[in-house]
Amino acid sequence: MNAPLRRAGVVILVLFGLLFANLNWVQAYKADDYRTSDYNRRVQVAEYEVPRGVIEADGQALAQNKVTEDTLKYLRVYPEKELYAPIVGYKPVNIAEVGIERSENEFLSGASDKLFADRVSAMFTGDQSGGGNVVLSVKPKAQETAWKQLTNNERGAKKGSAVAIDPRTGAIQALVSFPSYDPNQLVSHDTGAASTAYNKLNADKDKPLLNRALSETYPPGSTFKVIISAAALQNGYKQSTEIPAGSSYTAPGSGAPIRNSEDQTCPGARVSLKEALTDSCNTGYAQLGVELGGEKVKKAAQDWGFEQDDLTVGDLKGSGLPVAASRTGDIKNPDGSIDQAGLAQSSIGQKDVRMTTMQGALMAETVANGGKQMRPYLVQQLLSPDRRPIYNANPETLRTPVSSQVASDLREMMVSVVENGTGQRAQIDGFEVGGKTGTAQNAVGADDHGWFIGFAFNDKGEAVSAVCVMLENVPGGHASAEAARIAGLIMKAAAGRGGD
Amino acid sequence: MTAPALPAPTPASTGEMPRVPGKRTGRNAELGLLAFAMVIVAVYGATVEANQFDKVTPKFWVPAALLSILFFGLHLVVRFTAPYADPILIPAVALINGLGVGFLRRLDLARAIAEKQPEPGIFAGTGGRQLAWTLAALVLAAVLMVVVRDHKTVSRYAYTLGLVGIVLVMIPAVLPGSLSEVNGAKLWIRIGSFSIQPGEFAKLALVSFFAYYLVRKREVLSLASRRFLGIDFPRGRDLGPVITVWLLSLLVLVFEKDLGTALLYFGLFVVTLYVATERASWLIIGLVMFFGGVYVAYLLGAAVGGPFANFYDRASVWLDPFAPKYYEAVGGSYQLVQGLLGLGTGGLFGSGPGAGSPGFVPEVRTDFIFAGMGEEIGLFGLSALLVCYLLIVERGLRAALGVRDSFGKLVAGGLAFTLGLQVFVILGGITGLIPLTGQTTPFLSAGGSSLMANWLLVAMLLRISDAARRPATSGPAAQSGGPKQPPAQLHGAMTEVIKP
Repeated sequence: MNAPLRRAGVVILVLFGLLFANLNWVQAYKADDYRTSDYNRRVQVAEYEVPRGVIEADGQALAQNKVTEDTLKYLRVYPEKELYAPIVGYKPVNIAEVGIERSENEFLSGASDKLFADRVSAMFTGDQSGGGNVVLSVKPKAQETAWKQLTNNERGAKKGSAVAIDPRTGAIQALVSFPSYDPNQLVSHDTGAASTAYNKLNADKDKPLLNRALSETYPPGSTFKVIISAAALQNGYKQSTEIPAGSSYTAPGSGAPIRNSEDQTCPGARVSLKEALTDSCNTGYAQLGVELGGEKVKKAAQDWGFEQDDLTVGDLKGSGLPVAASRTGDIKNPDGSIDQAGLAQSSIGQKDVRMTTMQGALMAETVANGGKQMRPYLVQQLLSPDRRPIYNANPETLRTPVSSQVASDLREMMVSVVENGTGQRAQIDGFEVGGKTGTAQNAVGADDHGWFIGFAFNDKGEAVSAVCVMLENVPGGHASAEAARIAGLIMKAAAGRGGD
Repeated sequence: MTAPALPAPTPASTGEMPRVPGKRTGRNAELGLLAFAMVIVAVYGATVEANQFDKVTPKFWVPAALLSILFFGLHLVVRFTAPYADPILIPAVALINGLGVGFLRRLDLARAIAEKQPEPGIFAGTGGRQLAWTLAALVLAAVLMVVVRDHKTVSRYAYTLGLVGIVLVMIPAVLPGSLSEVNGAKLWIRIGSFSIQPGEFAKLALVSFFAYYLVRKREVLSLASRRFLGIDFPRGRDLGPVITVWLLSLLVLVFEKDLGTALLYFGLFVVTLYVATERASWLIIGLVMFFGGVYVAYLLGAAVGGPFANFYDRASVWLDPFAPKYYEAVGGSYQLVQGLLGLGTGGLFGSGPGAGSPGFVPEVRTDFIFAGMGEEIGLFGLSALLVCYLLIVERGLRAALGVRDSFGKLVAGGLAFTLGLQVFVILGGITGLIPLTGQTTPFLSAGGSSLMANWLLVAMLLRISDAARRPATSGPAAQSGGPKQPPAQLHGAMTEVIKP
């Protein structure tokens, strides 16, 4: 009987050998996969073991932590709820982060290389170092004003967005998207409740989770005339150059005739460039665009930031919230030649031209900053856990679409818009305000979108704010007037005045 | 009996074995190894406290000391009743048992900390209960050692034991689910809060019965044969018992919803049959029948469901545990995946006793204790545990090789092989090598039934190894004090005596 007993021993040896080999597979070969698996709650627990960094603006905490009693030791809290959600985003337990919480995640969680020295010293002192803090460039007064005025707009628009930038640096002063959402419900440690809340928001027909300031594009309407004006000024036109206008214009080829929004707008055969912008003369700009030609129009738009699809706003090192590319569209016939009717439409910001609210603000910023477009940013400073500065935003020029002379002409023309033309509701006492309105037709039968892009100079001649306000589907016509009014109030708050 | 060829858990083990049988009993070596095992258990307890409380309490050694007293008691019983018993068995089992108690106490500590309760008492919680079960199990083992002075006396009760074994196996199957079902497997008898797993004890009874039956039938089974394809196959009428046991284990599979237990019983029978007859054809028939049955059950589960559905589900889960549809399903792969993630997180060296998060693994106190420990002691620690199990099994087989009577050979071989198979079934299940089945991990899992049954198994192996290692010359002398028995020489010829 001993031979089979020995063989049974060999069988056991083989079985244990299999166990051992499989254990090596699980604990050595697959260990890294399993350690970082989405199913592995230890990953989350470790993440919540130290306090995540605070996100703040002007001394006010926008994302902070509350000590809890459960396995995940810290609960993320957003005291300002929906107001800052489009900027700050949120850090949920079991899905990916959003907003600054995502773009600065490494720094906030303490895993960033920038915090390496802090981690080493924490190892020796035994302190829990936690994550680094993020200071935003946002001015709470401007942000609050923008939110309040947008959500309580006098015309009952249900959706919209606004961006305000310091034209000299590119620091974002306000960034609002409405409707918004309360991020607190999405970061609940009860992942079931968080996921229910997310699904509800995601299914909402008003799409509150969308960042309308950065990731949505809309037809820019007459605000696009700023770019056509710049192209004209660069091609030998002057403010006083008389351009063909009229009450109606039909482009060569075919297409419906282009009219002005009011009968009293530029009815004469010719009008100066400055007056055309002041009164937002559609027929004048349509003909100007056709005169300049499709290539020049597209080139000009590109010079101002259209077609850029890799812009992010966050820190200036490259991580941030993505900004959708603004587009002019092809403006071409199927045979490849320039579609003249389309070009005429495109020149007044219709047809296939699409723009983000951020792009509108960048255009106003460029004019106010003498032709230099500063790269927009949200992260002013990164502070170590013990609040030692690790990064300071060092403003960068993103591009220079026009010379300071052209910028100065544009500034004068846009000031004229606010002082004498369509943008008068944007005026602020004690500031020189310039801008351009836009009323954009979109879907058939839908109310127009209302735009205003503008800037304000204080009495010392400093550009204090550049802003873009966009209201979707404003009921009752004259959509841009309300946008202009709100833009004025935001700039006033950003300049440190008012901000009720 | 020569020095063990296998790596020992402790450095002291190799040189201590008596090279010439009869000169040394090995009892002092056993005591030394036991002390070493208990030191490991004490250090484990201290590490757990250091990781859980950030300090080692002055009472860290108490559980290890209590266990030491218990094991020392058993050592004394063995010293007086089975002086030549294998000296490796008790220390190896004691180490596993002690670490099991330590790990369960570690879970109690973690729970107490989480619930802000004071530190549980020595006999409180799962760890404390396991300590008490250890006491009960050791008392049972000692009683067996004292009462059964010669393993051959067991053969007198073989038919009784066989009946008891079958009844024990069948009870949970015929009981209503409310009294027998835990986590989908009908393996229990539950009376109020008290529950036992009769199958654990059944394997002891069944091994004894099989051994006796096969000793009587071995000539018929091994000699009468038909040759086919170069392999001797048994006559059709001799297949009766094999088919009976095969049906029995498939019934267990279907009605108790437990592949592991079925595999255990069937493997046990086939191996004892093979050892008794020394014919590989039994192995081939057995394996083909079992795997054929399992495959048919799998196909039936896919096609008709019903009683086979549970088995089909388990097999599907095993094939792709990380598939979301299985992971999120109730009773799906969540447990298996969490166990794998725990093992993977532990990696090569583990997080250290008390520093992991075994609480994320469901059933970590019972079926999944190996995964819970694996996170903390790593691949190296688990490999050491595997080697301990391997030592116990191979020592058991060695006792079977050494003992001179057929009944002893079959009992020791069957018990040792079953133990090894059970370790393979549960650890293979946890690590994803084979489909998961609800088996306890011998000596490690929380639960009295398993602990008592397996200590009884060890006591039986000790008894047989004593007979195997007892110097031949001291045979008659040792008999003098015992009950009246036939002369020793006849035992080697037992088969002939009770020929059918």
